[in-house]
Amino acid sequence: MSFDASSARGDLILTRITKEYGDFKAVDDLSLTIPKGSFFALLGPSGCGKTTTLRMIAGLEEPTIGSIHLGETDITTTKPYQRPINTVFQNYALFPHLTIFENIAFGLRRRGIKDVDAEVNKVLNLVELPHLAGRKPTQLSGGQQQRIALARAIVNRPALLLLDEPLGALDLKLRRQMQIELKWIQKEVGLTFVHVTHDQEEAMTMADTIAVMNEGKIEQMGSPADLYDDPETAFVANFLGQSNLIKGTITGNDGDSIIADLYGQKISLPKNRSHAVDNSMYAGIRPEKFRISLLDTPVSGNVLTGGRIEDVSYIGVSTQYQVEMPWGQELMVFEQNDDGVAPFNKGDAVNISWAPVFTFALRGDEDVTAGSEVNPEDLDEE
Amino acid sequence: MSKKIAEAKAPTISPILRFQRWFGRNLIRVYMFLAFTYLFIPVAYTFAFSFNDSGKSNLIWKGFTLDNWQNPCGAPEVCNALANSIKIGLLATIFSTILGTMIAFAIGRHKFRGRSTSNLLIFLPMATPEIVLGASLLSLFLVLHINPGFWPTVIAHVVFCISFVVVTVKARIASLDPRLEQAAMDLYANEFQTFRRVTLPLVAPGIAGAALLAFSLSFDDFIITNFNSGTVITFPKFVYTAAARGIPAQANVIASSMFFLALAIVIAGQILNRRKAR
Repeated sequence: MSFDASSARGDLILTRITKEYGDFKAVDDLSLTIPKGSFFALLGPSGCGKTTTLRMIAGLEEPTIGSIHLGETDITTTKPYQRPINTVFQNYALFPHLTIFENIAFGLRRRGIKDVDAEVNKVLNLVELPHLAGRKPTQLSGGQQQRIALARAIVNRPALLLLDEPLGALDLKLRRQMQIELKWIQKEVGLTFVHVTHDQEEAMTMADTIAVMNEGKIEQMGSPADLYDDPETAFVANFLGQSNLIKGTITGNDGDSIIADLYGQKISLPKNRSHAVDNSMYAGIRPEKFRISLLDTPVSGNVLTGGRIEDVSYIGVSTQYQVEMPWGQELMVFEQNDDGVAPFNKGDAVNISWAPVFTFALRGDEDVTAGSEVNPEDLDEE
Repeated sequence: MSKKIAEAKAPTISPILRFQRWFGRNLIRVYMFLAFTYLFIPVAYTFAFSFNDSGKSNLIWKGFTLDNWQNPCGAPEVCNALANSIKIGLLATIFSTILGTMIAFAIGRHKFRGRSTSNLLIFLPMATPEIVLGASLLSLFLVLHINPGFWPTVIAHVVFCISFVVVTVKARIASLDPRLEQAAMDLYANEFQTFRRVTLPLVAPGIAGAALLAFSLSFDDFIITNFNSGTVITFPKFVYTAAARGIPAQANVIASSMFFLALAIVIAGQILNRRKAR
């Protein structure tokens, strides 16, 4: 090897990466820094370019334009086996002709590591499957294969561990359990994890930082709470959870707040949550932030009057309402069933209220349906 | 007690109907029995007549003897012909398996100009009538001033075996998940190590199958061999010539042995597969 990138350590830096397949831009001028030691999630619908990005980091694809650095080392064009980066593949890609032990030992043997036995046994204990060392991959359950795929990657202590929809093939219960385990293992081994997923809940549960991708670009990046409470675009607002987006006009200022007019009703919202560029805007409120009250009940904060309950679905922990507003829009409201108050009935005339701090504002020229037609929950239960 | 009640309640069924029902249930077994009988009568005949105390002509049953099995090379030339066939078969197998596997990888794994053409051309020797292939090869050898004999026969066998090897190995490569190779590269195996440690072991059953197929095709071939082998006598050639004056019973011994050998290989393969799957 004329040059060795395998000792490179540090932050992963993608600089203006573009990947084209013919006329199609899978990844479009993407720049990204993933800090060392973090659990980073690339979240987006299928076809958003997240897997292509992951494959370029792994070295399985080469960017058309742009560069990839690991710390100080340029790894843009190095071969996959020259990078201190390991991948947990979507279908696990365990070698069917080798035992579990040899699968895990594969990377160690290629690097000429001594004491393979001790290393493999240590990692088998970490994933709590030491009794399976002599089996073949086909004799394992999906959850076990998943753990072995993880063990096979982390045994090499890579600078970066890539996870390509690693939990996609598991059932819901096992997936929840593995999410917690993965997070724990990441803390335990202290590696940088880059996790690609279309499941927003999975990304929110595990990642320190989430980059939401759409059409080859990063829409927004931040902590799960930042993205959820203060989405900058309609795509993020709809893809991460659900949002009520109400068209309005900004009419003035009040200290740190903005005053907006929504179909003739005044509301206020924090200035730093506004991403509007001019007077036109969409006010965004998460369904669980709304409170419903009967017309004669006094309420504080932002209030929208003239609603009528159109639909009630009781789902145990909460009750979901569809409330039709005077301008014809149906708003979604989730009420916790924790206050002993009997649920409202279909046809009730109600007001909707919420604390101004829970409001965010998007540009008035946004496509309010962006990100909502690909509902990640639907994909999950397939 | 309960059985009696059931019997008493059951309506009487006519014997014809009962036979029809039995036949309907066992149709597949009856069919299998007939098909296998049809397939194996000639083999059984060959095997039985390997014990014939035949003398010169092995057409009429003259009495049981183990002489032929104790001395399979008793008849002149039979073992010499067998040795030639095995030598040619092994050489043709080695060359066609190596070349065919390489072609299969090229076509199955890489995109290059003329790939689809190569894919089509590789079928040509399979589709060409053997008699035409044999005659053409002979005239080609003569034009090149190569006399028919051992090596021209090997070359001719490689020609038609390659197609079968390519088709068999290519099918195996197509079923190979490319992500396994990517995983190997991801785990620090360079191109050669990936091939050696992952690709080759996974394609190996296909290659082994292709080699067996090539050997049996080569061993069995008469038409192309007859054109290109000159004075070299192979086993099929020997049987053909001997047929005119009566095939010696030793030929039956050899044919039966080959059959049982092939059967043993197939059974061993099955057992091995079942063990692996367990």
